[in-house]
Amino acid sequence: MRSCGVVRNGRAAARHPRRARPGWHFVSGDANCAVHLSVLVLSLLVATGSLAAGLLGSLTGLGGGIIVVPMLTLLFGVDLRYAIGASLVAVIATSSGAAAAYVREGFTNVRVGVFLELATTMGALAGASVAGLIPTHVLAALFGAVLLLTAYRSLRPLQERDPAAEPDRWAARLRMDSSYPVGGRMQRYAVQGVPTGFAIMLGAGVLSALLGIGSGIVKVVAMDRVMRLPFKVSTTTSNFMIGVTAAASSGVYLHDGYIDPSITFPVMLGVLAGALIGARLLPRARTTLLRRLFTVVLVVTAIKMLYNGITGAM
Amino acid sequence: MTGPRNPTPELAAHDAADATHDAAAEARWSEHRLDQMIGRLLQGGVALAALVVLVGAAVLIARHGDTVSGLAVFHGQPAYLRSLTAIVRSAFHGDGHALTQLGIVLLIATPVARVALTVLAFAVRRDGLYVLVTTVVLALLLVSFLGAV
Repeated sequence: MRSCGVVRNGRAAARHPRRARPGWHFVSGDANCAVHLSVLVLSLLVATGSLAAGLLGSLTGLGGGIIVVPMLTLLFGVDLRYAIGASLVAVIATSSGAAAAYVREGFTNVRVGVFLELATTMGALAGASVAGLIPTHVLAALFGAVLLLTAYRSLRPLQERDPAAEPDRWAARLRMDSSYPVGGRMQRYAVQGVPTGFAIMLGAGVLSALLGIGSGIVKVVAMDRVMRLPFKVSTTTSNFMIGVTAAASSGVYLHDGYIDPSITFPVMLGVLAGALIGARLLPRARTTLLRRLFTVVLVVTAIKMLYNGITGAM
Repeated sequence: MTGPRNPTPELAAHDAADATHDAAAEARWSEHRLDQMIGRLLQGGVALAALVVLVGAAVLIARHGDTVSGLAVFHGQPAYLRSLTAIVRSAFHGDGHALTQLGIVLLIATPVARVALTVLAFAVRRDGLYVLVTTVVLALLLVSFLGAV
């Protein structure tokens, strides 16, 4: 990041970042750049921020992952690639934790989930493989666009509709039609638009890998709008797939050196703790107000990311 | 599927019909069991990973807490934090960074284990099509880790 020239200018620090002592290489007093803090202070700050992100994400249902990368890059001056690695790991933690509960409750359509995982893992592998070739400012701009889409969705949440009656050819062949609990009874539903849904999921996989997010928004839109799954089934099945999608790109990123343990652990533990607390608070929380608040955060972040992306400051 | 859990006559009749179709009832029971197993695997994996990360982070902070974290510029991680075998080896030597990384690897492995469990589950149900689907997903995941062995 351009505003954070501290370590870059301290040549010894750039070569041996872990051996460098704080205070040796400060050339700028930029308040925006916190990476010249000690590992201890930085991880405490990042853990606190991640806790808030996990809490907001779980209370609003928009996921905490979307805000982790902007927090790390814009607030703490962490390189985008380390931020993406840390965020992906946090996404695996929260989605796996939540999926455990949903699968047991019987909302998740496991057949639809594993079939679409074909597409998301392929997309994620492809995305992670080409990520190194894409300039980070392009990724930042793309991130801004996805944040705007998320903000739009949070203002206009998808509405539950009557399930479709007629299955499509692919859904029948793949035996995807199922039922889910509604008020103590099992309501049957038919699945539509499998090929289109599959294609969108390829894109969701690429996006997840490139930006280090769960891309649950894209997944839910595909399953709700195109495949006509009931809303509760869409959200839980999307969540079911997110961990696997993120794991596919994490393997590549681990090898490529994107996953830094010292920044990943406060993000992972913070977001996880936030999500767990959020699940406890959810029944009593005023989610409408929180959702509006989070939307404002998303829009502001989106503008900053787009600006940095377009001006090449990232 | 023992006893009617729901008092509505319609569902009670449904249950009775199920009892005559033992195979169907058993299949559904095992599906329920499978959901429970997947749930437990995911929770256990996350809990174990978080525990290892906590221990690793404590060591990392104790030894390197006062150093500058040079993360503003991307250097990539050193080799011993990028390969699975090296991570395990260094973790057992008590290196904080490697121990934390090991916890992170355990977390990444959790969804992979979940996919392996689904392969097994579809195989038990003799659902050839979905055995194939889940096996391909598992293969794709293993390919992604292949570079990092």
